[in-house]
Amino acid sequence: MKIIIVGCGKIGKTIISSLLKENHDVLAMDINPAVVEEVTNVYDVMGICGNGTEYETLKEAGVDKADIFVAATNSDEVNMLSCYVAHCMHAKHTIARIRNSGNNSVIGLAFMKKQLSLSLSINPELQAAKAIYNIIKLPSATKVEMFSSNRFEMIELVLKEESHLDGMTLIDLRKNIKQNFLVCAVSRDGKVYIPQGNFKLKNGDKIGIIASGKDAPKLLKAFGVQHKPVHNVIIIGAGKTSTYLAEMLVEDKIGVNVIEIDEKRCTEMCEKVPSATVIHGNGMSQDVLLEEGVETVDAFVALTGRDEENILISFYAMSQKNPKVICKVNGEELSDIAEDLGLECIISPKKIIADIIVQYARALKNSEGSKVEMLYSLLNGQIEALEFNVLPDFEFCNIPLKRLKFKDNVLLAGIVRGTETIIPNGEDSIIAGDRVIIIAVGKTIYTLGDAIKETAK
Amino acid sequence: MNHKMIIHTIGQVLLVEAALLLLPVFVSLLYAEWWGAGSLLISAAISLVCGAVLTLLTKKRKHSIYAKEGLIIVSLAWIAVSLVGALPFVISGAIPSYINALFETVSGFTTTGATILLDNQIESMGHGLLFWRSFTHWIGGMGVLVFVMAIISRTPDRTMNILRAEMPGPIVDKLVPRAKDTAKILYFIYIGLTLLLIILLLAGGMPLFDSVVYAMGTAGTGGFGIKADSLASYNHYLQWVITMFMLLFGVNFNIYYLILIRKFNQAFKSHEFWTYVCIFLVAATLVTVSIYPIYKNVGEAIRLSCFQVSSLLTTTGYSVADFTAWDAQLAKTLLIICMFIGGCAGSTAGGFKVSRLVILFKKVCNDLKKVLHPRATSVVKFEGKVVDDTVLSSLATYAAVYIMSFITILILLSLEANFSFEANFTAAASCFNNIGPIYDVASGTFTDYSALSKIVLIFAMLLGRLEIYPLLLTANPYTWIKK
Repeated sequence: MKIIIVGCGKIGKTIISSLLKENHDVLAMDINPAVVEEVTNVYDVMGICGNGTEYETLKEAGVDKADIFVAATNSDEVNMLSCYVAHCMHAKHTIARIRNSGNNSVIGLAFMKKQLSLSLSINPELQAAKAIYNIIKLPSATKVEMFSSNRFEMIELVLKEESHLDGMTLIDLRKNIKQNFLVCAVSRDGKVYIPQGNFKLKNGDKIGIIASGKDAPKLLKAFGVQHKPVHNVIIIGAGKTSTYLAEMLVEDKIGVNVIEIDEKRCTEMCEKVPSATVIHGNGMSQDVLLEEGVETVDAFVALTGRDEENILISFYAMSQKNPKVICKVNGEELSDIAEDLGLECIISPKKIIADIIVQYARALKNSEGSKVEMLYSLLNGQIEALEFNVLPDFEFCNIPLKRLKFKDNVLLAGIVRGTETIIPNGEDSIIAGDRVIIIAVGKTIYTLGDAIKETAK
Repeated sequence: MNHKMIIHTIGQVLLVEAALLLLPVFVSLLYAEWWGAGSLLISAAISLVCGAVLTLLTKKRKHSIYAKEGLIIVSLAWIAVSLVGALPFVISGAIPSYINALFETVSGFTTTGATILLDNQIESMGHGLLFWRSFTHWIGGMGVLVFVMAIISRTPDRTMNILRAEMPGPIVDKLVPRAKDTAKILYFIYIGLTLLLIILLLAGGMPLFDSVVYAMGTAGTGGFGIKADSLASYNHYLQWVITMFMLLFGVNFNIYYLILIRKFNQAFKSHEFWTYVCIFLVAATLVTVSIYPIYKNVGEAIRLSCFQVSSLLTTTGYSVADFTAWDAQLAKTLLIICMFIGGCAGSTAGGFKVSRLVILFKKVCNDLKKVLHPRATSVVKFEGKVVDDTVLSSLATYAAVYIMSFITILILLSLEANFSFEANFTAAASCFNNIGPIYDVASGTFTDYSALSKIVLIFAMLLGRLEIYPLLLTANPYTWIKK
């Protein structure tokens, strides 16, 4: 597919790199010649230097033949305008990055999307806030992703040193825990496996579990990982992500303490989230943190604009034992380093956005018997979890799973039928109208049919 | 430095060369030249083995390459293909000395067309080898690595660094988002134009083998022929066809792409193209005037001058008359100047390139204006876009390096005892700019130069084709020292 990306900042570059892995033809546009040169040097894309809202530039880029047009500059107005112009010039689908909260109220956004004929609007800050919120609600996990409007949850967690699961095989685990769940991926020493029944868990493993949303808290309890609900949170930095997060947390009656160094931002925060406690102080100062009770707080979220600060202060917070520490890191290299050093919960807004766009592109690409509804990359992007909507013309409908042979490193992890959630076994089969969750390691799955090798005789 | 990736790419290039060597084998078999076919097959086998060993040894590798690796890959790949490409001549015994064979092959790949073969040697050489000799022009014209890129399955990130290092010109743009597709389109246009030329030559009554050889020589702007008098013995129609096509292959290929996708306005707005046409018209007119006293026939003078200006401006090097012996100093001087100017960027031609000249000329005008009005601000615009300061300064540096390289080559050649200054000057200019002819030498070839001078000229040709930097960087010890 031909995809045009306007604005090649951090988000733009991540989107470009993900789309190239999917073999799309990408055209990158930016107003700064140095950025265009860098992008064309690093990625196999065509670069155009120019203003993405101008007719001439868009014409040169061949907008009329573009399948997807993404505007990801740092200005909402530019993004909206260039998407609108692109739409008028017959770009098939337009995606705008819109992040000001004024534009992101439910009604406001719907209005804008309709008026500007946007196919999709993306808000990295809001998505990051949602991801953090999910973790805070389930603090034993390092990452929580929702499928089928929250019916299924994919939970990532780390087996700590003292875990009683060490050395246990998955079959034993099943016997011990009478819950509906599936361990669908294990990451050990940088490698990712889809485990079989006789797979032995080890301390230090990072595992991905799929379970129905309502079972998740009970399940984690059974796993023996502590699960103390979070009642109060310290957030460092009062940027957009913090505002969204604070709003969500306050709604859930969770105490929010925001520490921000810039007075103006503090005031803004007070205006937007009146029930949050806003502290004007340096979040990097240990004194300030101690004063605000970092020793006793349940969760600690580092959301300043600088990755380095977030990482450092997160390590300090981790030394306090008590809080669940969540850290926002945008740079890929830095997040790898931080993870190696022992930071468990790292949120990267640009990766979340890249996932959304890749998912959108894949959903457009296929239509044979199934449709991609959701796509998450898990365990450092080494595995993909996809949710498919099964259409009536899917060729493997109504065949028991034991007769279907899946490709290597592909797993059928869950089926949602109506309101029912099924962790499938050999007797189950896929029926039209189901939503199916597939886990794939190191593979690109475009349709549900891609996952299946053949039907056994 | 990613050594493994460099070695791997060179291995791939050798594998491709092995495949390319099979084409002349086929030609040899057609003409029942068993020994020619044998020598080409042996060379193909050697190339295959070397390529396979290099690629298999470096199976585990990191894909990342930066500008530095791109430049080194290009220069080493060109040296490797030349070293292997010279083998058929040596094995078959057509050119017994390896240095001579290497000179001939490098001259082929760099589309120079300078030869060490005397006329009787060319005529006694088998069809298969002659085909290979001209086929090197065709491959080298568009670029060895561009070809590899067009056929390998998937290009890793940062391959622009290779494309940029191999494609001539100050600013290299992709035609379409993917480097692989860009390479494919370039070769598609290239093959199309070459086939068209072959058909037109056949229509003019040229034998098939001759048409293929001359078409490949013209397409790559090379200049190897198979006749002692180059093109003089062919009819006027054929000479005009070749004149036109030499000019066409000296044009930036982006323009053909724009025409293909029907963006005619954009295609004919190209400043470089019109400057190129103007240079041709002015030079052709002046040469016509200058040689009129010799031929006393306007039609004849126009035909000869158009052919010669086109041939030297596009750095092809074919001739329809012994222009090196013309008794017209203006014509001879203008032709040498044409050699230095060269064709458009992004074409198969060599030389300094019209686009560089245009940008530098504009810069000079701006600077002069600045002397008159010290507070004046000015920008250099080219093809409708402002030329960045970094591009301008790297262009100025390139001009300086270009002149210094030329002087160095000239000095090294002057160590020869038996050659006049005119001979050495034109030899250096013609190898460095990838043209081929030489003035003031009885045989009209490079065969009498010593082995040392030949090596100097081999480097001169590679420097000219790869636009200096790749080789300079590869030869620089600091590139290889681990910090």
